[in-house]
Amino acid sequence: MDNVVEILLILVSTIFVTNFVLARFLGICPFLGVSSRIETSIGMGMAVIFVITLAALSSWLIDKFVLIPFDLVYLRTIVFILVIASLVQFVEMVIRKTSPALYNALGIFLPLITTNCAVLAVALLVVQKEMDLFPMLFFAVGASTGFTVALILMAGIREHTVHARIPRVLQGTPISLITAGQMALAFLGFAGLVKM
Amino acid sequence: MADSDITSSEIAELQPASGTSWLNLKELSGDLVRGLWEEIPLFRLVLGTCPTLAVTTSATNGVGMGIATTFVLVASNIMISLLRKIIPDMIRIPAFIIVIASFVTIVDLMMAAFTPELHHALGIFIPLIVVNCIVLARAEAFASKNGPLRSTADGLGMGLGFTIVLILLGSLREILGNGTWFGMPALTGIMGLFNYEYQPMIVMVLPPGAFIGLGLFVALANKIEEKRKGKK
Repeated sequence: MDNVVEILLILVSTIFVTNFVLARFLGICPFLGVSSRIETSIGMGMAVIFVITLAALSSWLIDKFVLIPFDLVYLRTIVFILVIASLVQFVEMVIRKTSPALYNALGIFLPLITTNCAVLAVALLVVQKEMDLFPMLFFAVGASTGFTVALILMAGIREHTVHARIPRVLQGTPISLITAGQMALAFLGFAGLVKM
Repeated sequence: MADSDITSSEIAELQPASGTSWLNLKELSGDLVRGLWEEIPLFRLVLGTCPTLAVTTSATNGVGMGIATTFVLVASNIMISLLRKIIPDMIRIPAFIIVIASFVTIVDLMMAAFTPELHHALGIFIPLIVVNCIVLARAEAFASKNGPLRSTADGLGMGLGFTIVLILLGSLREILGNGTWFGMPALTGIMGLFNYEYQPMIVMVLPPGAFIGLGLFVALANKIEEKRKGKK
């Protein structure tokens, strides 16, 4: 019972309270770049959930069974980024061979994910916080779901602002940033919901 | 030995066909200045937004992050420029990432040792310099095609441009959100002179202030650029 409560708390806090995009500022580049249409943002979101969970799991395993026993903790950054880069390549190849439908849906987003800082951040955070296996998995799923929620919400708003009359200097990036600011303001309402 | 060999071959290659000095100051200053306005990372290219938004709760943090990123940019630009003939084209991106990650690790450990407070304040965003798009973008777009001298100038210019925006945004957020500037009383001091207490706009140091502040700065940069183009 306690475990269920704990897992729910992790999910709620990572998706809403400390939303990765709007409260922690991770993954802003794809958040601004791939949020012009709802369909593409759903595809990107699914790819991110998939990769972040796998990346967190493999980094966590490498950290626990290689880096800590051999006292190489200072190499975390280098090792994790390599793991993520090769994992993304690997996932892309596997999906292309096994499921062309899934590849068509996610394929174009996969190379972009290597430079999504949310992936490396989740991998680093779970080892810095010394999480156990299951909290770690739910943290990764929650964090990436939070990213997806923010991305889809943003895409929904941007599909409408296309038709709005925006002052010329604010068009493009500035209005996206200000929209994101207002979403962050709304998400501040969740603050204090969960004590972590 | 190997290093010096590469350097001299680079220098020889930099020599323009006309036979003028290899140290082309005009070209170098052009590389340096380009990062300061024409391709200023955050306004023109909108790269590297994550650390910008996250660490600029105070001007001091902005300076710290700016210097750390500039160091990584310059060092990795030099290294990649020196190695650009050795690295096979097929695996250049992973090779660049390893070079960048090594310098980021150096910065991370140095900051933990010498500026523990700043290291704590910037937290996870120091290792995340690895995935700051600016660094990889400059490695790919500039350092892998140009000699070490020009790459140094390019890295320095881009780093300075990045730092300036961080300081601007950090100052705006700290002054409005906390009433101080670099930890010194700014608005609190001015209001204090008239015996008023400054009520800080807390929202500016919270996440929404970061997004809205940067959005307004980008809009301002667009406006200035528009005016500049109009004059030409």
